[in-house]
Amino acid sequence: MAAVGIALLFGGVFFTLAGLSPLQLYGTMARGILGDVYALSETAVKAIPLALAALGVAVAFRIGFWNIGAEGQLYAGAIGATAIPLFFPALPSLVMLPMMMLASALAGGALAVLAALPRIYRNVNEIITSLMLNYVVILFSDYLIYGPWKDPQSYNFPLTPLYPKAAHLPTFFGTRMHLGAVAALVAAAVLSLLINRSRWGFEVRLLGDSPNAARFAGLNPVRHILVAMLVSGGLAGLAGMTEVSGILHRLQRELSPGYGYAAIIVAWLARLHPWGVLAMAIFLGAVFVGGYSLQTAGLASASVFMLQGGMLFLVLIADVFLERRLVVRRREGS
Amino acid sequence: MFASVSSPILVEMTGIIKRFPEVIANDRVDLVVREGEVRALLGENGAGKTTLVNILAGLYQPEEGEIRWRGTRVAIRSPRDASRLGIGMVHQHFTLVPSFTVVENVLLGIQGHGEAIGVVAARLAQLGREYGLAVDPRARVGQLSVGEQQRVELLRQLYLGARLLILDEPTAALTPQESSHLFEVVRAMAGQGHGVILITHKLPEVMAVADTITVLRHGKVTGSLRRDSTNESSLAALMVGHALKGVVVGPRTPPGAPVFSLEDVSCLSDRGYTALHHLTLHLRAGSVLGIAGVAGNGQRELAEVASGLRRPAAGRIIVGGKDLTGAPPGVFIRAGVFHVPEDRLGTGLAPGLRVWENLNLRVYSRPPINRRGFLDLGAARHHARGMAAHFNVQAPSLELPVRFLSGGNLQKVVLARELSSVPVVLIAAHPTRGLDVAATELVHRLLLDGRRAGMGVLLISEDLDELLVLADRILVLYRGQVIGETAAATADRQLLGLWMAGIRQGVEPSRDHTS
Repeated sequence: MAAVGIALLFGGVFFTLAGLSPLQLYGTMARGILGDVYALSETAVKAIPLALAALGVAVAFRIGFWNIGAEGQLYAGAIGATAIPLFFPALPSLVMLPMMMLASALAGGALAVLAALPRIYRNVNEIITSLMLNYVVILFSDYLIYGPWKDPQSYNFPLTPLYPKAAHLPTFFGTRMHLGAVAALVAAAVLSLLINRSRWGFEVRLLGDSPNAARFAGLNPVRHILVAMLVSGGLAGLAGMTEVSGILHRLQRELSPGYGYAAIIVAWLARLHPWGVLAMAIFLGAVFVGGYSLQTAGLASASVFMLQGGMLFLVLIADVFLERRLVVRRREGS
Repeated sequence: MFASVSSPILVEMTGIIKRFPEVIANDRVDLVVREGEVRALLGENGAGKTTLVNILAGLYQPEEGEIRWRGTRVAIRSPRDASRLGIGMVHQHFTLVPSFTVVENVLLGIQGHGEAIGVVAARLAQLGREYGLAVDPRARVGQLSVGEQQRVELLRQLYLGARLLILDEPTAALTPQESSHLFEVVRAMAGQGHGVILITHKLPEVMAVADTITVLRHGKVTGSLRRDSTNESSLAALMVGHALKGVVVGPRTPPGAPVFSLEDVSCLSDRGYTALHHLTLHLRAGSVLGIAGVAGNGQRELAEVASGLRRPAAGRIIVGGKDLTGAPPGVFIRAGVFHVPEDRLGTGLAPGLRVWENLNLRVYSRPPINRRGFLDLGAARHHARGMAAHFNVQAPSLELPVRFLSGGNLQKVVLARELSSVPVVLIAAHPTRGLDVAATELVHRLLLDGRRAGMGVLLISEDLDELLVLADRILVLYRGQVIGETAAATADRQLLGLWMAGIRQGVEPSRDHTS
């Protein structure tokens, strides 16, 4: 949290240098984030995909697998979710929405597993495979909306047709906040329970901490990595589904302003703890929303990314200091 | 050969107090080292030895007390200060860059001298001749043995002009031959007027090389004496607070049926060389089969093959009548083959997981800890507390990540876990290395208890005394082969030494070694 404070300070210095009043700007931001029900719900709207994707990223990181393909897995999920109303438009809502969730989780999970296989069998760096697949999937999504899935009535805009009403996630309080919020809460609760209390969670943490010790304990790493990646990609896929089904109601270009990448920051800030991920997703969601309100106040959108970058940077520094303290303690012995 | 009492004092520490959040590591400690004196700093794991010398090396600041260097009061605020005064420390874990040559490593951290590499190399060669530290200055450090790397560390300190050399457990990773060579070097350094502080908990080493001894226990000095006025058992008493009982071996019950066999096993090392070459051994229930040998003759690979961690290239592994050749480690564990690995923190433990989690590594997947996929954390903690108490694991809290424990306590955690249920076969690789006297005694007792209960123990050790006391039979490993085999009761040390050096004499090594 101290890192967050320092990051705000750092932003303040930056704004001052840019010739703007930091207090006024933070005031604008605060109104944009907390000012009214609309502002609050917009923060939640940004926090939902961040939280779901970051929960997925955290699972992969826990097992020591650097899945940075959440962005692509999110798009894969959006594609998977869109396929359901596109091909079965007449389904009732109670069948449609679960089918979309399942399709998105499977699509995202499959993509993550695809990134993991070369690492498992050929020791190819998973950072590269998962990152590269992002471009493949995003371009594939473009292909679909420019080509076979394009809405004939869109005057040639790259958009799929709007989903039928049955494919829309219910929203709350007349705002844009949708059922994805509940999905994120449930996912955090389930993951927290699994990671801390279950045999599976213990084995995931063991593998992440020391693959040698895990082998020594008789674990089969391949199965665990595949399952963890399926879960990781599945959650990112679900983030894509909530975005298209809850907000956009169609597949379109640039449906994510980089949620999948920001999710890495969220997972890291939260030190991979599921409840911490929720808190940090709300915080970063607020930064996103505040960033939009800053843009309307005349500041470049780059300021949002600058704040995010500053935050991660400062947390990494905090990490180093923590490690240093630990080393000193270790030397107490003998 | 002793430094006389009249030699000038090099360093004098008085009333040193150093506290850590959980403990007082040094409690009013006094220490004096004179020129030409080898002072042994003796104490169990966690007695405060390393803390004390880290203060001298500028890594820690004491809360109270003063340090005088050649009579002048000094504050040593950093390793650079220490080095400027002439204090050089050789840490237990070396601080060399493997891909650099010896000369480059020596020059690391020295700024602005601008000497030609050739001049430095010549100076190193000369120092090497003077002190008996022969190393090729142009060799890459990564290609040197552990003993040679240690010589590089010593050369570096001598080159930097160290007058006081601090050696932190220098023999922990050395072969017996390398150790005795190191002691000659230590004596040579003392002969040249250097002061030496030797940290150890091995009593024979102290008696072999030290002039004076300071014993620490729980952070306090319990004795400061001359070597010629003391003996091993009184030192041990000062260290552990009570006189040591020898290990009671008990009646050697006749061993049972073979429970574990390696038949004609060969395997490769990590680097792809042949590490084990057509090795055959049979281990019987209720017996201890000792594996002796100089480090690096296939012991590590033998332990890994025997516990299923390394696949043999040829041969068969039979456990309890079943062929487990090529089976994954989990199958070996289920067959009751447990393993105390050489590399505790890297293999035996998950450094970032808590102490109690590590203690549960063998049992978490079974009831009562595992209930339908969920872990009963209360039961797991309770199980861990019991083990920690029984094995006297000294940890501020079982909730700490295990990597914060000291070396001896790490080993206790591994042993507690592996011996908490009586395994069918225990592969024990150097189980007492780095342990203090009391913990060593405990390990020996536990191994013998297990043997009496019918466990077959494959005991890999570099400590001949340990093997002679504990083992029923001893095999000597040389270049991945069994070079000789003997019953421990009638073993001839001289002959074992010859075998370890690779000289075949006496009993012709047979192809069938039965304990």
